[in-house]
Amino acid sequence: MLSLDSLDDFRSLVRRFVVGEIDPFVDTWEAAGIFPAHSLLKKMGALGLLGIGYDPTYGGQGLDIRHDLVFLEELGRAKSAGVTLGITVQTHMATPALHRHGSAALKEEYLRPAIAGELVGAIGVTEPGAGSDVYALRTRAIRDGDFYRISGAKMFITNGTQADFMTTLVQTSDGPSHDRYSLLIVPTRLPGVTISAPLRKLGMRASDTAEIVFDRVAVPISNRIGEEGAGFRYQMEQFQIERFAGSVTCLTACDEMLRDTIGYVRQRIVFGKPLINKQVIRHRLVDLLTEIECCRQLLYSCAERIMQRCDALREVSMAKLKIGQLARQVGDECLQMHGGYGYMEEYRVSRFFRDMRLTSIGGGADEVMREIIAKISGLAGATRDND
Amino acid sequence: MDRTLFSSEHRAFRDAVCRFLEEEAVPFIEKWDREGAVPREMWRKAGQLGFLCPWVEEAYGGVGADFLYSVIVIEETSRIRASGLTFGLHSDIVAPYIGNYGTEAQKKTWLPRCVTGEAILAVAMTEPGTGSDLAGIKTNAYCDGDEWVISGTKTFITNGNICDLVIVAARTDLNAEPAYNGLSLFIVEADRPGVSRGRKLEKMGLRSQDTGELAFDQVRVPGAQLLGEPGMGFFYLVQKLQQERLVCAIAAQAAAEACLAPTIAYCKQRVAFGKPISAFQNTKFQLAEVATELELGRTFVDRLIQAHTLGQEIESETSMAKWWVTEMLNRVADKCLQLHGGYGYMMEYDICKRYMDARVFPIFAGSNEIMKVIISKRMGL
Repeated sequence: MLSLDSLDDFRSLVRRFVVGEIDPFVDTWEAAGIFPAHSLLKKMGALGLLGIGYDPTYGGQGLDIRHDLVFLEELGRAKSAGVTLGITVQTHMATPALHRHGSAALKEEYLRPAIAGELVGAIGVTEPGAGSDVYALRTRAIRDGDFYRISGAKMFITNGTQADFMTTLVQTSDGPSHDRYSLLIVPTRLPGVTISAPLRKLGMRASDTAEIVFDRVAVPISNRIGEEGAGFRYQMEQFQIERFAGSVTCLTACDEMLRDTIGYVRQRIVFGKPLINKQVIRHRLVDLLTEIECCRQLLYSCAERIMQRCDALREVSMAKLKIGQLARQVGDECLQMHGGYGYMEEYRVSRFFRDMRLTSIGGGADEVMREIIAKISGLAGATRDND
Repeated sequence: MDRTLFSSEHRAFRDAVCRFLEEEAVPFIEKWDREGAVPREMWRKAGQLGFLCPWVEEAYGGVGADFLYSVIVIEETSRIRASGLTFGLHSDIVAPYIGNYGTEAQKKTWLPRCVTGEAILAVAMTEPGTGSDLAGIKTNAYCDGDEWVISGTKTFITNGNICDLVIVAARTDLNAEPAYNGLSLFIVEADRPGVSRGRKLEKMGLRSQDTGELAFDQVRVPGAQLLGEPGMGFFYLVQKLQQERLVCAIAAQAAAEACLAPTIAYCKQRVAFGKPISAFQNTKFQLAEVATELELGRTFVDRLIQAHTLGQEIESETSMAKWWVTEMLNRVADKCLQLHGGYGYMMEYDICKRYMDARVFPIFAGSNEIMKVIISKRMGL
């Protein structure tokens, strides 16, 4: 059994950071449509929170996944899922492949400052015409001496308006679909990079999202992570880490929302009695508590598998699917229990409901998770051959 | 299935409503969403064309039309997502209090102005501490000579900032047992001294709809502005709730129907894994389920419209429709948003806004939990 008991001090450290440095400002950041990634990440870097599992050679902490789990659990309790999202893009979406496969020089140039919080990262996979269908990606990188020249567009880029670099999946050859892609670190200040105005979203409003367009952008060959043509495989590994991290933060966000709602129904008086006295309310809350506990156990089992270096693709995909749906259910039911107030922007539950609609879309939609799980379970061949 | 409720006159009326909305509303909906309100002139224009309170008798400036004309206005404003054009609330939820319980003088004074759109209406029931539980209303009114003096705070008032006339529920007998026997209704002009409009509330959706707070501080109204009998307020409210909930179900049904066609169009043109996503079985089944639920909702709602138009008592069935159709609307908006993928999460897509608008339907006009309380009571539970 995974035990996190010995990590209480570390948990308190992260908790204090969330309560002291994030929560007091989330309303301002939500209204502004952006959180100050540079200043916030710098503070986190100083506390050693941006490279928990990463190599100490580059400033990481070299700790095992239990620490990472605790970090993500506490980060998920922040009062804005958008801020959590922006931070986990840095720690669990834009840098894992760089850490695992990048050259020493590339890590020195980008991983070290990312761990220190001096550079803000983004991850660029989705394009206007292709999201879940990664094989349909069209952004091209053509070799030109010591450079790649990149043309194309990346869509729905979290941290997009303030990132210093974007870990970008690009097509580098016309070979078989698996081997066509490479991962490049693309600095966003280069000539030929155009960053759109922030996109207006249903939720995750403290997090800026942009479209980033490349017009023959010259990036040194040395900015490639690992092998040319291995980008797809690296990104699939990286998606695993993203989905695990997203599921952990999402689940503790659900737990917080439920606690908040329990507080509300205790004090809300209807027909002369607190709302919590109503059987239906109690039973709904219990169902949600039960679901959260089941999902927590699934995540802990994923963490154990990852710690023992066992394959966890099936379990992580299931966790992503299940927790994404649970978060929407928690948002919906908690909002209903708040009545008219739940529909008002000033209530936390209203923001939670909007934020959590993303969980079944971002990081691989529910439909994609089901296809992955179907394939692992021997239920489907290649997606293109199926209806 | 073709709808059988409407005559050729109704269809001509619907065409006129659609034309008006296409020209006067559709191009401005984005702007109204940003501004959080619609211009007052929209009421005047709609009034001139006979779209407000079509049921009001000729003696009071109306045309004495049947409920189906109201249905058409409610459906078409909902279909185009003009949440700020609260004509249904004005014509079919608030004005009927005056039409049904008003004295001859009150009807002569107010109804013609409701029909022309000169007087925009609101109803003030909900308070910070009480919503569905009307017996918990704290706003009070006492008699002082031939005037009533009203004090209290109301919240979640649709048209709170724009309204000219408010029907206010207030407690006139503090000792009544049970407490709901002490409620009365008043017609209050929003510009009376002591009436103050609170802040505009920021909502998840219905962005162009004006939702506010109203505070009444020793507001004096003439005795003649008491609506009906003192102490009867609760019964008046309850009697009119059947129509209010039906209006809610009608609007929800039309909103749900409006999600389908654009989603089908999107799925046909969006390509993934080498083919339009409409070619995937999951997409087909999701859309088949949506279409089925819409058909079920339509059948139920049309049957209730017919029964209501005939004057039948359908409180229980209307409560069923209110909860079922509003939840169906949310399922439909949710599935349609999912089929839009990441674009569905972007505000520039209509489905994103419909999703946010939909979420309040299971809450307002009596929460869906209250609907189930009513239905179960009717079953003797």
